[in-house]
Amino acid sequence: MRLTRSAGFSALVALLLALGLLAGLDAARRQSGAEARFDANRALARWLEVTDLCLFTDARYTRHPSLADRHSPFQDYPLAMEHFPSGSLVLPPAHLAPAHDAAPPNAGSGRP
Amino acid sequence: MIPGAPRHLHVARYVAGSLRRRWRKNAVVVGVYGLVIFTLASVVFLTQSLTHESVAALSAAPEIMVQRLSAGRHGLTPVQDAQVLVRIAGVRAVLPRLWAYHTDPATAETLLLRVPEGRQLREHEATAGAELLRRRGIAVGGLLHLRGPAGEPLVLTVSGVAETSTPLESAAAVNVSEAAFRALTGIPEGQATDLVLRVRNRRELTTIAGKIGEGQPAARPIIRDELVRTYTSVFNWRSGLIIAVLLVPVLAFILFAWDKAAGLSPDERREIGILKAIGWETSDVILLKGYEALAVSFAAFLLGGVLAVISLALPQPLVVLPALLGWSALYPPFRPAVAVGAYQVATLFFLVVFPYLVATVIPAWRAATTDPDLVMRT
Repeated sequence: MRLTRSAGFSALVALLLALGLLAGLDAARRQSGAEARFDANRALARWLEVTDLCLFTDARYTRHPSLADRHSPFQDYPLAMEHFPSGSLVLPPAHLAPAHDAAPPNAGSGRP
Repeated sequence: MIPGAPRHLHVARYVAGSLRRRWRKNAVVVGVYGLVIFTLASVVFLTQSLTHESVAALSAAPEIMVQRLSAGRHGLTPVQDAQVLVRIAGVRAVLPRLWAYHTDPATAETLLLRVPEGRQLREHEATAGAELLRRRGIAVGGLLHLRGPAGEPLVLTVSGVAETSTPLESAAAVNVSEAAFRALTGIPEGQATDLVLRVRNRRELTTIAGKIGEGQPAARPIIRDELVRTYTSVFNWRSGLIIAVLLVPVLAFILFAWDKAAGLSPDERREIGILKAIGWETSDVILLKGYEALAVSFAAFLLGGVLAVISLALPQPLVVLPALLGWSALYPPFRPAVAVGAYQVATLFFLVVFPYLVATVIPAWRAATTDPDLVMRT
């Protein structure tokens, strides 16, 4: 028997649905298994007194934004422009944001 | 008269009429197309302006500066280090410099405190950039309130407007006396922020930097020309990043243009058929469509480009500015001087106008080469 196009499409949708369901079940299973690992990580972070999640490694102030100061991004010479690639991806934390920023520093639009 | 000119004139007159007949559709195309060009032009122009701004600021900087590292970070330099460095062959003079960033107690913006070279200020005297004084509403003779390291207030009398060379300097620079500087920053006597080297021959800069590194491993020589290269590449990197994000609307526009151009409307096909039937050559039809596309894209290009230049001069920063500025947003807001060159305009023109021309002319050529009778029937 030749499969009609609509039957083929329905079979594809059913297959994708089944795969989606399986992916969800797998994620739930992994999540419950990961809880122990999260606990260990939390304990390690507490022991090391880690301040930030290190997302970028290039500049000190984007590596540890919570410990950032006003000097290090511009330290090369007076009124230097900040020039690390990650500087446009991690924006200054709230404790440094100037008063002229009405919006919270991480909520701007058009940012990559 | 130039041979062939009447033919071009007639086609141009026909194009003007045809654009007028379909003005609604053309206005929409110019509007959407102009918006796409505006977004791209803003990024390209702003990148160029910021690069220009940084390089202009650096042109006044010394050719080589030496900072001291302590535990991998910028530390204070003992003034005596100058005597060691001045003995390096090729170094004419070494001058200690005093400068530091300071949180403006009124706005939480980052200001630059510096002790100017040459001019001696009295202890409680200060000069500041014109834009800084304007934003704080301080006139010459007025008082500037700052805070020391422990939060103690320190009041300085503004004795004049500081000479500045860039908009950022005008918005952020405060010149103070050495005594006031040390009181405001807590930097002790005998220590400086960094050292500035005067050299006899620019070609010896790398050798001198190498010798400094060998003699004093804790010293960090900074060569100005290297900074210029860094700035140019970092702004290009950032604008590339933004353009990559903007590719989505650009692709949407290309789809729109392709759809509009490739699927000539039945009206347009019929028009081409009639023109062919009354004796127009294929080359005339292509010329007609080329002129039409050129008129639309040129109008959109002017619209987008002019809007982008105007938006550079607006007081409120653009949407794309935060990502381009990065952490430099901690400075007081400043408008970079508009620096748009022929290179940027030409790049933008070929990037956006050329694909549109191709997308419009090719389907017109395909319609024009088929039999007029067939074109009119379909």
